Amino acid sequence: MNGTGTPGVTTVEHLLALGDDALVAAQRLGEWVAAAPELEEDVALANIALDQLGAARLLLTYAGELEGAGRDEDALAYLRDDREFRNCLLVELPNGDFAVTIAKLLFLSAYQLPLYTRLRGCPDERLAAIAGKAGKEVAYHLDHARLWTLRLGDGTAESHRRMQAAVDEVWPYTHELFAADPTAPVDPAGLRADFLAVVEPVLATATLDRPADGWAPDGGRAGRHTEHLSYLLAEMQVLHRAHPGANW
Amino acid sequence: MSARAAVAAVVDPELRVLTIEDLGVLRDVTVEPETGRVTVTITPTYTGCPAMDVIRADIRAALAAAGHPDAEVRTIYAPAWSTDWISEAGRAKLAAAGIAPPGPAAGSGGPVALTLSVRCPRCGTADTEQLSRFGSTACKALWRCRACREPFDHLRAL
Repeated sequence: MNGTGTPGVTTVEHLLALGDDALVAAQRLGEWVAAAPELEEDVALANIALDQLGAARLLLTYAGELEGAGRDEDALAYLRDDREFRNCLLVELPNGDFAVTIAKLLFLSAYQLPLYTRLRGCPDERLAAIAGKAGKEVAYHLDHARLWTLRLGDGTAESHRRMQAAVDEVWPYTHELFAADPTAPVDPAGLRADFLAVVEPVLATATLDRPADGWAPDGGRAGRHTEHLSYLLAEMQVLHRAHPGANW
Repeated sequence: MSARAAVAAVVDPELRVLTIEDLGVLRDVTVEPETGRVTVTITPTYTGCPAMDVIRADIRAALAAAGHPDAEVRTIYAPAWSTDWISEAGRAKLAAAGIAPPGPAAGSGGPVALTLSVRCPRCGTADTEQLSRFGSTACKALWRCRACREPFDHLRAL
């Protein structure tokens, strides 16, 4: 949440924002397994999901230790309700068609890349190490989303129509990513220029219109989510809640 | 057997032609002279690498078999693993197993440099094409040789 803590000092809230973004994004991408347009894309989205899940595990483990209440990564992932999640709304939105998924991935990775790059230099060595690792992987996610955006936007009339519709639909949710938080290890407000420097040329090359800035839904960082998150959590958490500690 | 030698011989569960030392996953092995306690430091190739639990278990088993039952396996994330850490011996083993070894890693933080061509590990030609940017594991992409028509895995630079 904004306005808590001392500038530059990592808090549980900051780690949950980072970790929950990665966790919810991983869960959504995982829904494409066995349902992607082609087998190669099935494998690609599953691999990206795995990277996001890996980052989420490290960040939530750290959040649990910093909190000091005995919660580990599983307790944080499986035993919190929607109001306790700090992820942005962008990642919890339904996958939609493949173009919507690619638009979401493009915007998420174009935000995570400069974020992780700057976190790599933050004074918190543990967070810097996680960001250094995850940032290398996100660069590859961004490249994947960029290539698909070009192919779909500058493809057939139908693929162009659907990619433009996807970009228009998801764009409003990007504003929340850059809400100012001067206490965060890296203030997200400073990342929007980097984000636009990546995204705008991609959209232009893909012959897509960059949507106008207007409606800017938010609330995710404060635990106010869309109804979609509850359904996602129900599916993600049901096994652990029915069989606490289940393992394989 | 020395603790170092025992750990260095542990094989990667997904790239079974390589040891964890070849792969650069093994960062350090120290033995406390007083107690004989072994501390092994490893680093994952990818954050979500599902092989890490198996690697930790294999390290403990290898140390126990070599007479070092008191062992701790630590995982570090910085500096982040790079394909540049794969040894020359490891690269040769990969190629011999039909997996094209990675080129030099791109500078970190910037956009991913596109690999223009990868040599076919079977016939050596550079006339190859990428079939999929993601392959059978997080660290590989799927390629095909246009000359001998064989598909092959390519360990992509990171």
